[in-house]
Amino acid sequence: MRGFLLNRLSQSLILLLIVSVIGFLVLNLLPGGPLAQFGLDPGMTQDDLERLKEQLGLNRPLLIQYFDWAWRLLQGDWGHSFRDGAPVLAVIGRHVPATLLLMGTSTAIAIAIGTWIGIRGATHRYSVFDYMATVGAMVALSIPTFWFGLVGIYIFSLQLGWLPAGNMYTIGDGSVLNYLHHLIMPSIVLSLVHVAIWSRYMRTATLDAISQDFVKTARAKGLSERRVIMKHVVGNALLPMITLAGVQLPSILTGALVTETVFTWPGMGRLFLDSLGYSDYPVVMGLLMFSAILVILGNLIADIAVAIVDPRIRLG
Amino acid sequence: MVASIKPVAPHDVALSVRDLTVNLPKGMERAHAVENISFDLKRGQILCVIGESGSGKSVTANAIMGLLPKVIHVSSGAIHLDGTNIVDMPQDKLRSLRGRVVSMIFQDPLSALNPLMTVGAQIDEVMAAHGVGTPKSRRGRAIELLTEVGLPDPELMYHQYPFRLSGGQRQRVMIAMALALEPTILIADEPTTALDVTTQAQILELIREIQRRKGMSVMFITHDFGVVAEIADSVVVMEKGHIVEQGSAQQVLKSPGHPYTRRLIAAVPHLTGEDRVPLETADKDPILKVEGLMKTYRSGSSLFSAQRVVPAVNEVSFDLAPGRTLGVVGESGSGKSSLGRLLIKLLDSDGGGILFEGRDIAKLSEAEFRPLRPRVQMIFQDPFASLNPRSTIGHILTVGPVAHGTPGAQAREEAKALLTHVGLDAGAFDRFPHEFSGGQRQRIGIARALMFKPKLLIADEAVSALDVSIQAQILQLLDQIQRETGVSMIFITHDLRVASQICDEIAVMQKGRIVERGPPSQIFLDPQSAYTRELVAAIPGEQPGTTRPVAANG
Repeated sequence: MRGFLLNRLSQSLILLLIVSVIGFLVLNLLPGGPLAQFGLDPGMTQDDLERLKEQLGLNRPLLIQYFDWAWRLLQGDWGHSFRDGAPVLAVIGRHVPATLLLMGTSTAIAIAIGTWIGIRGATHRYSVFDYMATVGAMVALSIPTFWFGLVGIYIFSLQLGWLPAGNMYTIGDGSVLNYLHHLIMPSIVLSLVHVAIWSRYMRTATLDAISQDFVKTARAKGLSERRVIMKHVVGNALLPMITLAGVQLPSILTGALVTETVFTWPGMGRLFLDSLGYSDYPVVMGLLMFSAILVILGNLIADIAVAIVDPRIRLG
Repeated sequence: MVASIKPVAPHDVALSVRDLTVNLPKGMERAHAVENISFDLKRGQILCVIGESGSGKSVTANAIMGLLPKVIHVSSGAIHLDGTNIVDMPQDKLRSLRGRVVSMIFQDPLSALNPLMTVGAQIDEVMAAHGVGTPKSRRGRAIELLTEVGLPDPELMYHQYPFRLSGGQRQRVMIAMALALEPTILIADEPTTALDVTTQAQILELIREIQRRKGMSVMFITHDFGVVAEIADSVVVMEKGHIVEQGSAQQVLKSPGHPYTRRLIAAVPHLTGEDRVPLETADKDPILKVEGLMKTYRSGSSLFSAQRVVPAVNEVSFDLAPGRTLGVVGESGSGKSSLGRLLIKLLDSDGGGILFEGRDIAKLSEAEFRPLRPRVQMIFQDPFASLNPRSTIGHILTVGPVAHGTPGAQAREEAKALLTHVGLDAGAFDRFPHEFSGGQRQRIGIARALMFKPKLLIADEAVSALDVSIQAQILQLLDQIQRETGVSMIFITHDLRVASQICDEIAVMQKGRIVERGPPSQIFLDPQSAYTRELVAAIPGEQPGTTRPVAANG
């Protein structure tokens, strides 16, 4: 188990290194470069720009810039935003909680509902429920998230007036209830596609598990059908799903980016779009590294979770 | 034909099946899985239900357990368990009988236990499901059971996960689980088929011993008359959903009445202590000479964890004359299959030499060996998995020779001729594998190997997946082919009886080494090594040299 962990960890670090190199190169190869934004300022002269370039160290070879940046990163200095000079870590830190809240809630919804639909679809295969779940999943998968968001806003905010159309809270009202009220629509919209994916995989995994011999053994022991399903089938069906949860993380993160834009949710997605538009490279690079760490960490946790749950890996 | 059943006092009968008919879903090859079957399992006896695949024996067992798949149901008849009819019994009442009054153990112990639960938890669960005992008393009982089925260190075993256990140990756990609530009836569905012969002998012994001690009634499903001879008190013979014969074990084995029973018994490969008449060949030089062959598996190697090293083939040496058959027998993990794969270079050896027609092929690269490939061919174990389901038989047969330069038209001609030769219709050429039965597919596998006109055939468990009657036919075909073509053969099998039928010489492997080599007469009648003696003694149903049960009547 320790060997496994060390192995995984070293793989993750190498992966992070690769992501950072590619991210850094691509960003710096973009036309315009980091200074394009400053160039738009009519008060800027060519001399000013040169001076700025020197100040920011942008006149050095790319490789040196990278190592300088990476070295500072390791020390916790992620650079400063071009926009307002605030430290990148602080800027990201301001936006992370909102995104994590949205992602966490959506993931919880997706896993809970998706698992339930998947199991029921498998135990009642070819029933009306199963067919409806299949069709529903196809619909959720084929319609883009922002469309659901817009339709949701139209119906529940504009027509019915039940839910707020955007933002994370009403200014002046910081109660938990107010947060929850704002959270409902974006988290459901973001979770739709993942409920669909999760339920499809869960259905297949359950069908796989249900045809295993040990399920027959469990029935032959005289266990109730409920216990056979909950203990023997679902336990084994969830194993591959843990890995899937790790793999799905990037897609939830990307989904959050879109959803945040639709619902003016003050999270990382909004920050990313704004920073890109402003060519705020330190922040963009910081966000890239942060999401890479998040995704790699997610997968690492999934791997460890599988190892903990599955005795064949834990002890083998 | 259903033999008449003598009326017995009801209290003598633990299980009574009357006129049971189970329907199959529409569109299957027949309308009923079983039709109008009646039999009794007397208290304290072992009843063997024997039949080939598709005879309906497992369906019968599942019907008794109330575990038939949803699409299959009992259409008429009665099943009396301890005097109560369980057909049409509500599910929850049926459930309360399962595991308490009637228990079941299955064929494949590797997949019959939940991989995520400890052995102890799985045994505990049976008792908990029927509301028996407290957690503490159940734990005590589970450890008692583990001791009873002869597992080492029961306290430790209680906390063990199934993947840590060998096949035989897992089957013991299954038995412990089935015995937890002291059921009246134990149904065993081919419980030893997936096990090695020595393990099989131990498990049979265990079942018989427990049955006697507890006076339990056992319904034992098998396809092996050897097993029947070992443990049965009475026998039910099934063919295609019908009972063709039933009676006491003595009666059915010694004087089988129905032609199907006779055929089945005759088809069981028997241990012959007689050596095969060797084929006369002009060439006396060995076609294959293996010297000190080594293969070691290394696994789990990584930057941070230690490597596991398993010597699969260890210093193996033998030679094989043209037109002869060498049997390689051994239990699972003995290295016999690895040896086969080394010889055909599907695996690279770590040391030693393989001299094929005088040339060392062990050291050849893949490219250098390629021209020799057609001369060494393999017949695989699983006739269902070894043929590509999307290719026609014609394509399967010709693709290899054409790749090696045979003109297409000529290859097609040869393929058609070969299909007839192995006992199939030439029309099989344009059909797909799924249209054939297991035995027919194995014939196709043999024809495929023969397309290359090989000098050496390696048959890895080539008949293990087949019913005994089909097995006999395939063995006959292989023998005939050898006599016609003079091909040499290496016949890898776990079944000593099969090996004794077809081999000139047998090599017994254990833990990667050949522990004994000699003609069948030596191996079976005068084994030199302790391990060979153990293997021979474990063969169910016979002692070498004794009269065969059917000899007088067959």
